[in-house]
Amino acid sequence: MRVTKSLALASAGLLLATSLAMAQSTEIRVGAPLEPPALDPTAGAAEAIDVVVYQNVFEGLTRIDQNGAVQSGLASEWTISEDGLTYDFKLHDGVTFHDGTSFDAEDVKFTFDRILAENSVNAQKALYEAIESVTVVDPLTVEIKLSRPDGLFLFNIGRGDAVIVAPESAENNATQPIGTGPFAFVQWDRGSRVILEQYGPYWGEKPALTKATYVFISDMATMTNALLAGDVDGTYNFSAEALPVFENNPQFKVLVGTTEGETILSTNNAKEPFNKLEVRQAMAHAINRQEIIDGATYGYGVPIGSHFAPHNPYYIDLTNTYPFDLDKAKELLAQAGYPDGFSATLKLPPVNYATVSGQIIASDFAKIGIKLELINMEWAQWLEDVFANKDFDLTIISHVEPFDIGIYANPDYYFGYNNPEFQALNETLNATTDEAKRKELAQEMQTIIAKDAVNGYLFELAQTGVWNAKLDGMWQNAPVEGVVLRDVHWVE
Amino acid sequence: MTLYILRRLAGFLVTLLIAAAVIFLLLDLLPGDPARFILGINATPESVAALRLQMGLDDPAILRFGNWLLGMFRGDFGMSQTQKLPVADLIAARMAVTLPLTLFAMVVSIVIGLPLGILAAMHRGKPLDTILMVIAQAGVAVPNFWFGMLLTLLFAVILRWLPTGGFTPWHENPIAAFRGLLLPGLALALPQAAILARVMRTALVDVSTQDFIRTARAKGMTFGQAMWRHGVRNAFLPVLTILGLQFAFLIAGTIIVENVFFLPGLGRLIATAVTERDLVLVRSATIILVLAVSATMLIVDIAYGFVDPRLRERGA
Amino acid sequence: MRTAWMRHPGLMLGLAASFAFALLGLLSLVWTPYPIGDISIARRFAVPSPDHWLGTDQLGRDMLSLIMSGTLTSFTVGATAIIIGAGIGVPLGLAAAIYGGPVEWLVLRFSDLAFAFPSIIIAILIATLMGPGAANAVIAIGIFNIPVFAQVARGGALTISTLDYVAAARLAGLSRPAIALRHLLPNIASLIIVQATIQLSVGILAEAGFSYIGLGTQPPETSLGLMLRDAQNLFLIHPWLSIAPGLAIAVIVIALNIAGDGLRDILDPRLRRQEVGRVAG
Repeated sequence: MRVTKSLALASAGLLLATSLAMAQSTEIRVGAPLEPPALDPTAGAAEAIDVVVYQNVFEGLTRIDQNGAVQSGLASEWTISEDGLTYDFKLHDGVTFHDGTSFDAEDVKFTFDRILAENSVNAQKALYEAIESVTVVDPLTVEIKLSRPDGLFLFNIGRGDAVIVAPESAENNATQPIGTGPFAFVQWDRGSRVILEQYGPYWGEKPALTKATYVFISDMATMTNALLAGDVDGTYNFSAEALPVFENNPQFKVLVGTTEGETILSTNNAKEPFNKLEVRQAMAHAINRQEIIDGATYGYGVPIGSHFAPHNPYYIDLTNTYPFDLDKAKELLAQAGYPDGFSATLKLPPVNYATVSGQIIASDFAKIGIKLELINMEWAQWLEDVFANKDFDLTIISHVEPFDIGIYANPDYYFGYNNPEFQALNETLNATTDEAKRKELAQEMQTIIAKDAVNGYLFELAQTGVWNAKLDGMWQNAPVEGVVLRDVHWVE
Repeated sequence: MTLYILRRLAGFLVTLLIAAAVIFLLLDLLPGDPARFILGINATPESVAALRLQMGLDDPAILRFGNWLLGMFRGDFGMSQTQKLPVADLIAARMAVTLPLTLFAMVVSIVIGLPLGILAAMHRGKPLDTILMVIAQAGVAVPNFWFGMLLTLLFAVILRWLPTGGFTPWHENPIAAFRGLLLPGLALALPQAAILARVMRTALVDVSTQDFIRTARAKGMTFGQAMWRHGVRNAFLPVLTILGLQFAFLIAGTIIVENVFFLPGLGRLIATAVTERDLVLVRSATIILVLAVSATMLIVDIAYGFVDPRLRERGA
Repeated sequence: MRTAWMRHPGLMLGLAASFAFALLGLLSLVWTPYPIGDISIARRFAVPSPDHWLGTDQLGRDMLSLIMSGTLTSFTVGATAIIIGAGIGVPLGLAAAIYGGPVEWLVLRFSDLAFAFPSIIIAILIATLMGPGAANAVIAIGIFNIPVFAQVARGGALTISTLDYVAAARLAGLSRPAIALRHLLPNIASLIIVQATIQLSVGILAEAGFSYIGLGTQPPETSLGLMLRDAQNLFLIHPWLSIAPGLAIAVIVIALNIAGDGLRDILDPRLRRQEVGRVAG
């Protein structure tokens, strides 16, 4: 009996699927290369978490739009005190969580207290440590006091790490995420897919899509096949090398946008011989940026000369600080006391841009006598060796945090750069709210680290999405991690 | 016979125990902090410490080993550290893919491999034999992931008969679920079918030259009758060994094919769990695989004991 | 003996092709048309030409040079895994055969254990422990080879040890290890050589699999499996980059198999065990 029933259901399902394909579809299947380990964006750093839930299932007080600007989220409006220390947020009325409980100021307080708690497991706790107190003024008003002004505060509370969660459900968000967003979590077939469905009582404007399925396909060749066969409707970041398959195909559109990922040849500034400025300058002269961009990103990367995103209004072009010049590089090496070069290791995380850039850099460095041993490692080990224990000479990594030049002010950070002048500038920048002033400071900081050749600055990663040509409303850029489905819809 | 089975069973348990110790030790040596992996590069040291405490990573190793063994005896395989779900549930869900896939691949390889092997043996030394064995050589030589890619291109991208991969749960749509297993099953089965055909052929050729076949023929049976009555049973032994090994290999060795077809199988579960340093999940899933493989070999051995009593004497 | 060799054209062909590839690989130690680390994005995806007989890959490296060097890696991995497998497996198998009793029981359990550990999971764990690299593939395949060779040695020795001359050697007062060394080992050498040929082809295939999922050989070194992995994304655009290493793998494996089959026919027509070691390929 049960078998017959499920067979009947199955054939009904098939019929339904075909009839839907005929009519205007309101469903989407998104191919994602990585499966999230869990679905709670406030308790893990994995990009894959935000890809599924950010702004779809969970929302924050503010939200980031696809150009990186701060928009209102669960807070409809806010006021900031003169000294920049007190924020008063007015919350939207009539907002409910997907389990039916209502959203109010208590949930906001709970969320931030949870981030800042002693036993917090938030991956970005440091971003919120300026928060001194969160006070519930009334059910729809929250006051947040900071201990120091923070120019990025409104941006940071719009990130996936600070989405509002409810005390009733927060504990289970890893497996059963409950948020306030336009899509509610339905089902997670591990190893395979996550299904979201439109949340009927959503407080804001309803999205066009009624159902979204994230399909996890780690093998890029398989992803190509799945796109071609129509088994997925698109993917937000496809590997650049295979883009030509879709570029001239009218059934697909390729969206090329920006990310916040500065890809750099991170250098252990605290270690011989990299503590010598001339050595770092020599390496900078030996980096053939265009060759690396062509080889590792098939021309989609954007050259950078410092640790700053080219699409940011504060950006200045410093790519010519140390142009590619092997003779000059050799000269500098000799000045530094290494006329015959030296040997060093280059530890590479398991991402394609790093393995390919590493091979190209090793090939060029060999020409000035720097013999690099390439060591490929797994993420977990890279994090421990390079990042936590600073046991490395060189590595290649993309720093995907927006506006993260401040990491150079931390002498304990893994590249071991200690420049009091830069640190002072960073202090001033953090306390400055005047736009023109901030820009001037940020540019001075960019210039300092470029001239010091702290790291080898390679390129800004591009976001290269491939979508069905009939889909519209996808984010072209990736100012924060996430695949926001709010505006995605099918067109004829 | 009972004694033989008992001794073999004791060996099986000892194997498992040693395996558990080896797995635990190996995993404990792995570099990389699971908590740091979850929280990424911007986490504060306090957050990492808090998570380590929550995951029970700071307990002494011997305590964790003991707890793990005790838990397994009670049927409790622990909680996955990253997915926050019982490991037993996660494994069961993956088994719903891996087991049918393995069985399907075995059936296909038997259905293709055995008849071709018999055919080749019956035409020993003739052109058909040569042709079949050349095909078998090629079947063994082509990497299965490569073959899988070609199958996808043909049947999913060009012809669009079957999905490129993925898996629909059985309870949702059994037809779709089966369709999802067709291509990966074929990719897995063909190299195994080639091996099986070779084994079958060799075994039959060996048997056909033996005295009892000649005797049977002398008694007036045709060669086919003689082979059917007396040969197949004897030729079955080597085939049985290979089948047992194939089952063992397929159930664990499908990671590559699972990757190509993005199937949520057991192999991929373990591979991901290692990357994410979900040690509880890795060790429990691995020991279950070892258990499955050892149990298969145990069954094959016992079956052998029934078929050929001489084998009971040595080394049991 | 000579006529036996002549009667197996397949064997000659298989051996010749295997040696040709092995020599090609060895040649890469001293000479390749271009250095394999010679990257030039400007000349990538070149079609076969007099300059680059097999064209260039996605980094502008010479494909012929890569295939030569990759063949060497594949052979080296397979051969080293055999040395591990035979080096540990054969003594274990011999010990099991001549001592019997608890020794044999232990060897068989150890053999079970090595078989029961899926080699791919061993490779994953070793890769995690020591970082990915060709050495992992060697160890994982080597561990898989141990029980294969142990069984071959034990099986072969059991057949021989009942023979008269072994009994005679025993009566003459030779110790058991001495019998194993002087009488059993030379007599099962042919079995081991045949099995080694087969395990070499299995090892080369397995190396390709490990490299394909990123556990095996790492750049800037190369192997045939790694070349397949690098090219898989480009299959629809530049199919040749996959076909060349794929064909090389297939031809080498077929050549080794034919050679193994032929050797078996000459040396010991009754040997069947070799298929056991083939399943994991």
